[in-house]
Amino acid sequence: MKALILIAGGSTLVYAILAVLMGVLPGIELSKTPPGPGVESLTPLAAKGRAVYVANGCSYCHTQQVRPLPEDRVFGRPTAAGDLVYQTPELLGSERNGPDLSNIGNRQPSKVWQYMHLYDPRSVQPLSIMPDFSFLFRVVAEAPPGVTPVALPPAYAPKHGVVIPTQKAVALVAYLLSLKQPPIPGYVPPAVPMPSAVPSTPAAGGAPAAAPAFDATEGAQLFSQNCAVCHQANGEGITGAFPPLKGNAAVLNDDPTQQLHVILEGLSNTNVGGTVYPGAMPPFKTVLSDSQIANIVDHERTSWGNNAKLVTPAEVATERAKLKH
Amino acid sequence: MQAMVTSSSSGLTAADEGALRTVFNVYTLCAALWLVFATFIGIVLAFKFVYPEFWAHAGWLTFGRLRPIHTNDTFYAWASIGLVGLAYYIAARSSRARLYSAKLAWVGLALFNIAAIAGTVTLDLGINDGTLEYREWVWPIRLVFLAALVVTAWNLIATVAHRNTKDIYLSNWYTIGGVLWTCIIAIVAIIPWYQYGLGQVAVSGFFMHNAVGLWFTPMALGILYYAIPKLFSRPIYSYALGVFAFWTNLIFYPIIGSHHFLFSPLPWWLQTIAIVFSVAMLVPVWAGSANYLLTMRGRPQRLYRSPAMFVLVGVLGYLIGSSQGTAEAFRSLQEVWHLTNFTVGHSHLTMYGFITFVIWGGVYGLLPRITGKQANNLLMGIHFWWATIGMIIYVLALSIGGTIQGLDWIHGLPFIDSVVNMAPYWLWRAIGGGMMFLSHLLFLWNVWFMTYGRKQPKALAVTATEAAA
Ligand code: HEC
Ligand code: HEC
Ligand code: HEM
Ligand code: HEM
Repeated sequence: MKALILIAGGSTLVYAILAVLMGVLPGIELSKTPPGPGVESLTPLAAKGRAVYVANGCSYCHTQQVRPLPEDRVFGRPTAAGDLVYQTPELLGSERNGPDLSNIGNRQPSKVWQYMHLYDPRSVQPLSIMPDFSFLFRVVAEAPPGVTPVALPPAYAPKHGVVIPTQKAVALVAYLLSLKQPPIPGYVPPAVPMPSAVPSTPAAGGAPAAAPAFDATEGAQLFSQNCAVCHQANGEGITGAFPPLKGNAAVLNDDPTQQLHVILEGLSNTNVGGTVYPGAMPPFKTVLSDSQIANIVDHERTSWGNNAKLVTPAEVATERAKLKH
Repeated sequence: MQAMVTSSSSGLTAADEGALRTVFNVYTLCAALWLVFATFIGIVLAFKFVYPEFWAHAGWLTFGRLRPIHTNDTFYAWASIGLVGLAYYIAARSSRARLYSAKLAWVGLALFNIAAIAGTVTLDLGINDGTLEYREWVWPIRLVFLAALVVTAWNLIATVAHRNTKDIYLSNWYTIGGVLWTCIIAIVAIIPWYQYGLGQVAVSGFFMHNAVGLWFTPMALGILYYAIPKLFSRPIYSYALGVFAFWTNLIFYPIIGSHHFLFSPLPWWLQTIAIVFSVAMLVPVWAGSANYLLTMRGRPQRLYRSPAMFVLVGVLGYLIGSSQGTAEAFRSLQEVWHLTNFTVGHSHLTMYGFITFVIWGGVYGLLPRITGKQANNLLMGIHFWWATIGMIIYVLALSIGGTIQGLDWIHGLPFIDSVVNMAPYWLWRAIGGGMMFLSHLLFLWNVWFMTYGRKQPKALAVTATEAAA
């Protein structure tokens, strides 16, 4: 009997002490972390959306932790202890089958895009393996007043009727858009690292000496990273949601003012080529540098049959300077 | 002291034997059914990575609801019930005593099953306690599971307390310890009032590795300390080494939890301690593995067409999987592997290659000793090879794919490239997983034939005392 008490009781006592030291005490201590600057609790609607996020297991594929590593800079600034104060249950996650979502509200603020993507991720990203959440939507003959139906390319739209979001989808999108990392005063984010540059070929046709060269590889990568989810890799956009850049007047215009302005400042509710697109174009002025924007613009100007005059980083800088007034 | 394990038991009535047999039979059958169910879900998940449209469009079929069903049911239904069934048998046999209470065992089994069924249904309805891995069941269900653990602990301890041997055989140290410690883990995880935000992250890290390291690991190690001497007809190589591994395992394991959250906002020192002790874990892991392998040494003929094959893979799974875990814990390698599918490879190398194979080895090796019915050798062989080859494909595919995924991110490629580059590896995972799943059907069939599926062949009929030998 004594041996049994010693083995079972002794080891359990040791374990209980370790559990307190390694689990309970850190839990108690760290639960007292104060909120970081600008960190706020969720609105009731966003909180409901967070519950939908939990119920449907989004965090088995999406993390909400940006690590202090160069590879994570695309997702935002490193997550700080104070960011997690209102996050119970914590949704840090352990696998990144999809991108980190800590800052998705800044990175992808377009509601239209979020709805399309949730209804069917392949409608905007044909290569996606994310499950569709069409069960958070309803198909109705006609959208009730005040409700905007989800914009969908014909191949993804139902044969009859239109798609409208349920309360759950509305809440979920409100939650996603609320995921914005507040800036930490005094923290300057280092530049996003770029793919180790493969020797790039100037994509401008004609005599290389005449046209200014640009980094075609970087242009294509950045376009794929930042723009293709809306304007699509083939530059054709999505009918009724995102305009095509292939053959687009602003892109083909030798004067790049409009194109640069849109990329820096974003755009919404403007008539583009005869359509008013419901999806807003997010601003990129805080996300991309002058040379990065120049490379993207030149990628657009030389792809999909487009062939327009290239722009230089200096022109982007001039355009950016104009914004400041 | 070790000789006692192999000597025959005394003073047991046929009714005692019958009770132990029925308990062992039914626990094993339940576990096998859960294995088939939970890995059916696993294979559906694997398909969804290849065809995201596969069984989609409905809430109850969506990936994010099925995944926790797969993980919780493999953990708390298949592995837990299977391990407890074996632990009861081993406790009784190694103590040359009867199972203290068959009634308690039935209560425990009912509670395990109620928890698993309720957990499955609630998760599928989208009732998930915060997607905190391996504690997704809502607290009332986890209380039921805790009750099952308490009942099990009581029954195991009482069985060993009434032993007819002088010493407590090492296996029981591990199994009784495992059950008792896990009661504490469960309580720490359930109580909500001290876990908010970052505090909860710390508890999640603690919980995740304690669930695998102080529940499944000691249970399986305890079974190995009994099954290997039985299957190789020789006492364990070093009893003292086993005791040493017991205490080091107990002391190092609880400290390594934070290695699940390297580079997170958790305090840097907490992460660093976790890494240091992840390296220290090599001590109990290598001590344990060496002990098992040295017990098996020089008797390759014992492996031939024998349950010992499962045990061998289980020991290697423990050795390789845990050593891999140590490597994974270094910051330099976490930079590549953390958050990638490499981790999923590690999970299966350990939970499958180690835990699951040990249960199979235990069941094939020990169940016939009390039912007198051997599994069909050919079917057991097919089960073994499909499961082994399937697992190797599964783990290799995700290890290679996970590495590529991690490098893609480091090279700053657009995110979708890492998704596209995983496609062939996800396909291979589904192929390996398919083989694994088919082997589980054979296992269920084999268990049925070792228990109730046929009459006891006359030639094989053994008396209680012989069975115990
Ligand atoms: C099986 C894994 C998986 C699950 C589950 C999943 N996603 Fe995704 N998600 C992805 C992948 C892969 C991508 C990248 C491709 C794409 O854009 O669709 C992605 C992309 C996203 C994006 C765009 C991110 C960006 O940076 O452009 C958002 C937003 C998103 N998912 C939200 C969700 C929400 C909300 C849920 C739960 C309702 C969810 N996801 C569930 C895999 C998943
Ligand atoms: C969330 C979806 C979205 C993303 C991401 C996006 N855009 Fe847009 N873009 C739009 C929409 C919507 C419009 C049309 C806005 C309007 O007309 O009000 C637009 C318009 C444009 C236009 C102007 C077309 C015209 O004829 O005036 C250009 C040029 C453009 N986008 C380039 C880019 C570039 C370059 C990127 C990446 C850096 C990008 N877009 C990323 C949605 C997006
Ligand atoms: C002592 C040896 C071990 C060490 C040092 C170790 C280390 C690790 C590390 C560092 C991770 C995190 C990986 C990441 O998130 O990137 C991990 C995950 C994991 N390990 Fe281990 N491991 C060990 C043994 C085991 C054993 C024996 C098991 C099973 C019985 C196991 C099961 C798991 C599981 C299931 C996960 C995934 C957790 C999740 O969902 O994220 N490990 N391990
Ligand atoms: C037919 C056999 C199996 C198949 C096809 C399979 C498949 C899968 C799949 C597809 C996932 C999701 C991975 C992801 O989200 O990226 C998964 C996760 C998991 N499975 Fe399995 N599985 C099988 C057997 C098992 C068994 C028997 C166990 C445990 C005993 C197990 C334990 C786990 C764990 C712990 C995870 C979570 C991994 C992590 O977070 O790192 N699986 N499995």
